[in-house]
Amino acid sequence: MPQYAVIIHSPAPADPMDLTPDYVALLEGYGPKVAELGGTIVTGFALEPSTTATSIRGDVVTDGPFTEAKEVVAGFFVLEAPDLDVALAIAKLNPACIDGGVEVRPLFNPPA
Amino acid sequence: MEEIEQAVADAHRREWAFVLAATARVTGDFDLAEECVQDAYIAALDAWTRDGVPRKPGAWLTQTARRKALDLLRRDKVFRSKMPLLVEPDSEPDGTEMHLTDDEDAIPDDRLRLIFTCCHPALAREAQVALTLRLVCGVTTPDIARAFLVPEPTMAARLTRAKKKITAARIPYRVPGAADLPERLDAVLSVIHLLYTTGHTAPSGGELVRADLVDRAIALTRMLLALMPDEPEVRGLLALLLLTDARRASRTDADGRLVILEDQDRSLWDRAAIAEGRDLAVGAFRTGRVGRYAVQAAIASLHAIAASTATTDWKQVVALYDVLLRIWPSPVVALNRAVAVAMVDGPSTALDEVQRLGEDDRLAGYQYLPAIRADLLRRLKRFEDAAEAYRAAIALADNAAEREFLESRLAEVVDSAAGRSSGG
Repeated sequence: MPQYAVIIHSPAPADPMDLTPDYVALLEGYGPKVAELGGTIVTGFALEPSTTATSIRGDVVTDGPFTEAKEVVAGFFVLEAPDLDVALAIAKLNPACIDGGVEVRPLFNPPA
Repeated sequence: MEEIEQAVADAHRREWAFVLAATARVTGDFDLAEECVQDAYIAALDAWTRDGVPRKPGAWLTQTARRKALDLLRRDKVFRSKMPLLVEPDSEPDGTEMHLTDDEDAIPDDRLRLIFTCCHPALAREAQVALTLRLVCGVTTPDIARAFLVPEPTMAARLTRAKKKITAARIPYRVPGAADLPERLDAVLSVIHLLYTTGHTAPSGGELVRADLVDRAIALTRMLLALMPDEPEVRGLLALLLLTDARRASRTDADGRLVILEDQDRSLWDRAAIAEGRDLAVGAFRTGRVGRYAVQAAIASLHAIAASTATTDWKQVVALYDVLLRIWPSPVVALNRAVAVAMVDGPSTALDEVQRLGEDDRLAGYQYLPAIRADLLRRLKRFEDAAEAYRAAIALADNAAEREFLESRLAEVVDSAAGRSSGG
């Protein structure tokens, strides 16, 4: 079954310790919805706030996330779903979509 | 021989979508399907010359294309193991055991799957349009590039990227379920409508009507209506396209110059197309589920049956625009409504409307806003203000025929303004 990275973008600095109780409640209800729609979360991670990020471009090291934007990557998970329609339906329900958004991107499968 | 070539060309126009859609189900990949279908059409030239044109050319072509696909897939096990394009498991035939048949009815009609996949919302609109022309209509890449005025390598890259995304992201090859259907169908209709408008008013360049795109859009809508006869908006779109296209012969004069509705020779209008369009629009309204295309078609049919702009039922036109605005609150619709208001309540009332709409950021840079303003000012004999608005409209117009029209109107109002200041 195809796997997708669901990359979560939230308003900077996206500190997981600052999540509101409402958001946490929505996150807790998310798992059952994923299963209901026919997907499985294979693995996932939340990240420390973007103020802790360090970026390197060429040989220049700078403080902060790689691209300057209102939203920053807050975490990602790997979703297994039968096709893109199911993956998108699941991704749409993620609470991150309320004040930020998600990018759904297939994992690369090297040709056999 | 010419007869056979004609038969193959006819089959290309009529059967391409059916043959490709059915072949894609076997290949699980659009690139391979395209290749096999193209080969089948080439094979048809020889075979039909030798054996005569088959009774069901579509079935013959599908069978030939699918055989080629199966041969290639048997030879290339690696490729086959990928089977990237998803087909509903319950209806997926096993490629190796599938029995090929001459009976067209036994070949599943996958054209709807094909259209919905090409117009999937995960693809950019320009990719949806290009894919629909290439895969559903069978238009070649160079022709698509020409129609959209982009270099051929750009169009080829756009198509390749889109097909790669379908494969890599697993965009499913299926007709959406009832819950998603209205939104997904709207995307399909938008793509067809965009094809039509691109052909109808070429966004730039000299020719006002790129007839081939217009014909393709109408044929595509006819096909969609045959496949989805219960969808009122498909009916509404076909009505709208027929009613608009019925005026094709009168939209430009012998020198290719734009002729506005008011001055069009209505005896040139295609009465058969108007009658068909009206019937379809009435049919769409009768379902009670009226959408934006059906309402636009109803407006177009009021124009189509009137003997002149003076005898057009403008009150009814305004009432239909009110309905349209409720379904589809768009500043462009509001602007068109203002044009009808001018005919009912006079240009002064309409001008107030247009001024108000001019404050809407969404209309910034919309060329018809200053053009409509200019026309209203001209009718109010505010020639200097009209000239200024015409200049703004000309700066935004990129269709040569439309620009030429605006320039002639500008010259008129400049003359009138000069005449007034010298004559006192």
